[in-house]
Amino acid sequence: MAYIEHFLIMVCLYITLAVSLNLVIGYTGLLLLGFITFNAVGAYAAALVTLPAPVGLGMSFLVGVIASASLAAFFGFLIGLPTLKLKGDYFAVASLGLFYVTLSLLKNWSSLTRGPLGLPGIPKPSLFGYVFSTQYDILALAVILMAITIFVVYRITKSPFGRVLTAIREDELGVKAFGKNPVKYKIIALMISAAIAGMAGSLYAGYITFIDPNTFTFTDSIFVICMVVLGGLGSIRGSIAGVLIFSLLTEGIRFLNLPNETVGALRLMIFSVLLILLMQFKPLGILGEKRLRVKEID
Amino acid sequence: MNNPLLEIKNLESWYGKVKILNGVDIHIAEGEIVSLIGPNGAGKSTVLKNIFGLIEKRHGEILFNGDGKHINLLNKTSQQIVKTGISYVPQGRSVFPSLTVQENLDMGAYIREDKKSEIMHDLNYAYEKFPILRQRKNQKAGLLSGGEQQMLAIARALMLHPKLMLLDEPSLGLSPKTKFAIFEKIKEINKSGVTILIVEQNARMSLEMSDRAYVLELGKNKLEGNAKDLTKDERVQHLYLGGAV
Repeated sequence: MAYIEHFLIMVCLYITLAVSLNLVIGYTGLLLLGFITFNAVGAYAAALVTLPAPVGLGMSFLVGVIASASLAAFFGFLIGLPTLKLKGDYFAVASLGLFYVTLSLLKNWSSLTRGPLGLPGIPKPSLFGYVFSTQYDILALAVILMAITIFVVYRITKSPFGRVLTAIREDELGVKAFGKNPVKYKIIALMISAAIAGMAGSLYAGYITFIDPNTFTFTDSIFVICMVVLGGLGSIRGSIAGVLIFSLLTEGIRFLNLPNETVGALRLMIFSVLLILLMQFKPLGILGEKRLRVKEID
Repeated sequence: MNNPLLEIKNLESWYGKVKILNGVDIHIAEGEIVSLIGPNGAGKSTVLKNIFGLIEKRHGEILFNGDGKHINLLNKTSQQIVKTGISYVPQGRSVFPSLTVQENLDMGAYIREDKKSEIMHDLNYAYEKFPILRQRKNQKAGLLSGGEQQMLAIARALMLHPKLMLLDEPSLGLSPKTKFAIFEKIKEINKSGVTILIVEQNARMSLEMSDRAYVLELGKNKLEGNAKDLTKDERVQHLYLGGAV
């Protein structure tokens, strides 16, 4: 596996995840802790649909992508419906709970997911008879998915629908006052974001060809959140910048010729320092827009 | 008394286990300005929230006369209530700070299904009422002054073309001069045919512009009547107007 191509594919996938997560945590203002659940659900859905029988259904990659987007969106709906009516942090905690429940399902529902053994031999993506077998092929797919995601999220944020999302973040009662149901909007935003994360998962599964429950960790969730926060909540360019800076820094350490066990620890350290510096000097993120507030009442 | 536009009968409501309203009766005729005054915690804002469907645990009756039909608002959601012709301006200038003035106003009309020309007409009306907003229409709402934000909140409520407007403490935290300007605008809006129910801490100013008023205490009607009479009422003077006028 050529290193630089792998790096670029992962950057594209992370940008896809970060931009779609930004729709929920940046624009709509919901702290979604268990975001990676949707990625995992998407990857498993695609793997099980495309793997040949008896493990999977042996269907095409395209069906796999559609299945992963739909199932992830359904998971988004599932978690959103009971929790998004509540105020405050319940949603954050519930989304974290969803992650662990899903993980548990993936580990223990052996007849479906083969449990901790994982799913090896996932077919490479193929469309209209063309098999995307090389890394360049996969990179092309990842770039396309990333571009579509950026375009879709950008269009959403500029649309009336997106303005309602921003309005929900700023004043939920105000949104009710003009007759919209904030819960409905929050659930739709969450489902869009989940569907994109699911598709990114399907591409990842087709690229690596092996997934197991340990592929998706809570740390991944936190990393993506941090990339979004680092770049600036509510800024698409910010999310892209966040992923690039974070990836270049953490990958850059590899070239310092340090022992392997140091590299892992050093990554986390760099990451922590970066976040602390950010909080201190640029609390809105690198490209975050200044948040305006309603004038304080004295 | 004309045909009442809104009639609240024996309304009781709870926040969790705490009972806030212990039987409130209010009626509002078309074209009136009615004030709800009373000390903190009397349940004034809760009455407005009840009318607008923001509170779940309650019973009693809230009848609204929309287009000749009596609608019981008690089992309606805010989304349905807005459509009957009631608009609500929450306490504390709930504008959307990162959206522009124009975007804020556009949002006010999102649920309207009538013609675009009608909406444009109302937009022009809102801008005529608040010329300062027209000047600032491309500015972000967060950059407006407190008084301008309150005007924007009222203008946004006008975009729903309401029959009845519920205002929750519109003068909160504003300078006396701005308060006066806001009250003048509310009177003008009323003259153009919008019935007003206003909750105010500033009892004196609010009584001055109202036709009638209700004094609430501990979630119950304490006094009610003509606003002028209430201004002269000793109990009201003593409690809310700071002694003799």
